[in-house]
Amino acid sequence: MSLYFLRRALGAVLVLLVISVVVYAIFYVAPGDPAKLACGPRCNPEQLRQVREQLGLNDPVYVQYWHFLQGIFVGHDYSTGTGTMHCDAPCFGLSYQNNQQVTDLIAERLPATLSLSVGVVVLWLLLGVGIGLLAVVRRGGLLERALIWLSLAGTATPVFVSGLALMMLFCAYLEWLPFPSYVPLTDDPEQWAWNMLLPWVTLALLGASIYARMTRSSMLETLAEDHVRTFRAYGVSERAIIGKHALRGAVAPIVAMTAADFGSLIGGTMLTETMFGLPGVGQMLVRSVQTVDLPVVVAVVMLIGAAVVVANIIGDTLYALADRRVALR
Amino acid sequence: MTEPLVKVTDLAVTFPTDDGRVRAVDGLSFELAPGGALALVGESGSGKSTVAFGLLGLHRSTGAEVTGGIEVAGHDVLAADEAELRQVRGGVAAMVFQDPLSSLDPYQAIGDQIAEVHRVHRRDASRRAARDRAVEVLDRVGIPDAARRARSRPHEFSGGMRQRALIAMALACEPRLLIADEPTTALDVTVQAQILDLLRDLRAETGMGLILVTHDLGVAADSVDDLLVMKNGRAVERGPVRALLDSPAETYTRDLLAAVPRINVRRPGVPEQRAERTDDTVLLEAKGLTRRFGRGKRAVTAVDDVSLTVRAGETVGVVGESGSGKTTLGRMLVRLLEPTGGELRYEGRDIGGLSDRGLRPFRSELQMVFQDPVSSLNPRRSIGESIADPLRVAGRLGDAEITARVRDLLERVGLDPGAYHRYPHEFSGGQRQRVGIARALAPEPKLIVCDEPVSALDVTTQAQVVRLLGELQRDLGLALVFIAHDLAVVRQVSDRLVVMRGGRIVEEGPADAVYEKPQHPYTQGLLAAVPRLEQAEAAA
Repeated sequence: MSLYFLRRALGAVLVLLVISVVVYAIFYVAPGDPAKLACGPRCNPEQLRQVREQLGLNDPVYVQYWHFLQGIFVGHDYSTGTGTMHCDAPCFGLSYQNNQQVTDLIAERLPATLSLSVGVVVLWLLLGVGIGLLAVVRRGGLLERALIWLSLAGTATPVFVSGLALMMLFCAYLEWLPFPSYVPLTDDPEQWAWNMLLPWVTLALLGASIYARMTRSSMLETLAEDHVRTFRAYGVSERAIIGKHALRGAVAPIVAMTAADFGSLIGGTMLTETMFGLPGVGQMLVRSVQTVDLPVVVAVVMLIGAAVVVANIIGDTLYALADRRVALR
Repeated sequence: MTEPLVKVTDLAVTFPTDDGRVRAVDGLSFELAPGGALALVGESGSGKSTVAFGLLGLHRSTGAEVTGGIEVAGHDVLAADEAELRQVRGGVAAMVFQDPLSSLDPYQAIGDQIAEVHRVHRRDASRRAARDRAVEVLDRVGIPDAARRARSRPHEFSGGMRQRALIAMALACEPRLLIADEPTTALDVTVQAQILDLLRDLRAETGMGLILVTHDLGVAADSVDDLLVMKNGRAVERGPVRALLDSPAETYTRDLLAAVPRINVRRPGVPEQRAERTDDTVLLEAKGLTRRFGRGKRAVTAVDDVSLTVRAGETVGVVGESGSGKTTLGRMLVRLLEPTGGELRYEGRDIGGLSDRGLRPFRSELQMVFQDPVSSLNPRRSIGESIADPLRVAGRLGDAEITARVRDLLERVGLDPGAYHRYPHEFSGGQRQRVGIARALAPEPKLIVCDEPVSALDVTTQAQVVRLLGELQRDLGLALVFIAHDLAVVRQVSDRLVVMRGGRIVEEGPADAVYEKPQHPYTQGLLAAVPRLEQAEAAA
């Protein structure tokens, strides 16, 4: 078991290194002059020279990459002209926009993104597994068919359509909910939840549709297996068979997929955050791309990569724990 | 007269299929007295399992149409409501399923599964009491260290232990009737003998009735009082085991009996002239052949230092229980698998270490027939194409000649030459195995390794395929290596016999000598475990 984690951790570090090389190559080495971007629109040649010096752009590419890695693991010192500013590890540099440390910027915005993704996952699991379960209990009936069609529609509706529709309905027309604005959980839990409700529901609807279909199909698969016939032949009630044996068969894939999806959510909330004006990482990524704020873009992409990799390891482990026949190797 | 435990009257079961309605059971009636034991025997498709499922009302909501009457211990199974039916299932009549791996929930501990079933029928039992009961019945069926093993999941049990666990589940609620559907089909002979003993003991102890569904007359002969022979959903004959085996009234029963391979009789008509065979050319010779899988601590030696010679035109039988390495050996002999040690000579040339390219000239002379004729034929190619493949690869014949040869081969193995363009799914299991044999024959081999060629087939089909192999050998002078776990089948075809255990050969010799005077205790045990029709016949 510990050997398994060691191997997976090593693998994860390797994957992240590869991501870092690729990301670095795309953003820093590709045509275009980072110094000009960092310097801003009004910039004389002398300033440009200083910036280039400060960012170390005169060094060979591999040295630059080495410094980039160094920054992540041990931190980095920047000369500000008058003195030096230390950027603690993990340091992804300074934002071109406001010279703030990228790590700080991300740390500021992570709570909103986490609020969104955790809430969404909880909601879509409840909705998705619930709907899937209902469809299985009522299999062959009209309700099942309706649920399948609804979930198909849910899967096919983009977030910006369902989000806008929900916002118009509940905020503008019915006025049941406030137009979402982020209130930190630590400030006012009630307002936090109230404001997050719409973003949660919007994004959860999409996930719930997928999870409902998956829950239903893997439960139906289990119900067709021989061991279910065994329990039927021993007078175990249909309710117990569905609740105990069929649902159990669906747990492993659901758990594994949830973990992996949670990882993707960290980076996949751009649309929702932008639409609802949530100050999260996704929104920041969109803005940074628009303003070509390279250090921020690189850092967020690395964060998303790390989240996906870690989530997948957790997912695989949970899968193996849920299904003991799978050996961790 | 006491009320019968089971009373089936004019039962008919019809399944809707894509090709119209199929009548699986057609007007069957029988009774079973309390404590009695009846075997339903017949070939696959005779409807015997359908009857067994019907006794528990398992055809409900499957789309099957059931008419007639089924009464189990006074409960009208067809008319019962859900609650009554659930009471009957497990509480009155309990079923032991075939394939014990897939019949248990892979996610739950075996003890918990048994406890769950127990609590369905003993609602007053606490969780703890149910768990204790599970341990008790597991112990009763001979699971060692039952208290600890009750917490194991099915994949941690061996095949025999899983079958025991299923029987334990059946016992958990003290039913009056045990329905066992092919309970030993997937098991080795020695394990089969233990399971049959267990069933016998349990009957004697609890006085419950037994309905045994099996295609194996030997298994039936050993375990029940009465036989009901079924064919195409109808009863052919019913009577006490001994009387029926001694003097079957119906032709079908007689044919079925005649087809059963006897361990102490060599089948008449299978190549007799081999005794006079003077050709002593050694075709294939293995010396110290070894095959290891995996590396380091996990390494398993599947075949360990096996030496074996196969002479031209003879049949060498290889028997052993599952895991004894017989399939690995067979695959190495035709070089589908590379040995990790030892020497393999074909007609004097070392082929053990040859590369794929180096083996090419030998490929057509060494052929293999596989166990599962379904999965070893490409479902998307016509059987003619499948048989033609090795000929095309050899590249010696033109298209027209190949087609002509394939037609010859189809005729040779007893199939219609016009079947060239038909697909595997259109054939029965026995016919598919004939296709597999035709494919092996196509490149005119000198040696064919047959890996369990008949173990998936009914006795009558089995006999036909075995006879075909014998004829082919006589006519074409083929050498055969015949691998099987069924000792009786092997006896019918083999000149010499090799008994394997744990990757090694424990006994080797002329087939008759090994069967009649086995030297090694393991061989003696194997032979003793085979259920025999003759014991029942002799006792009659």
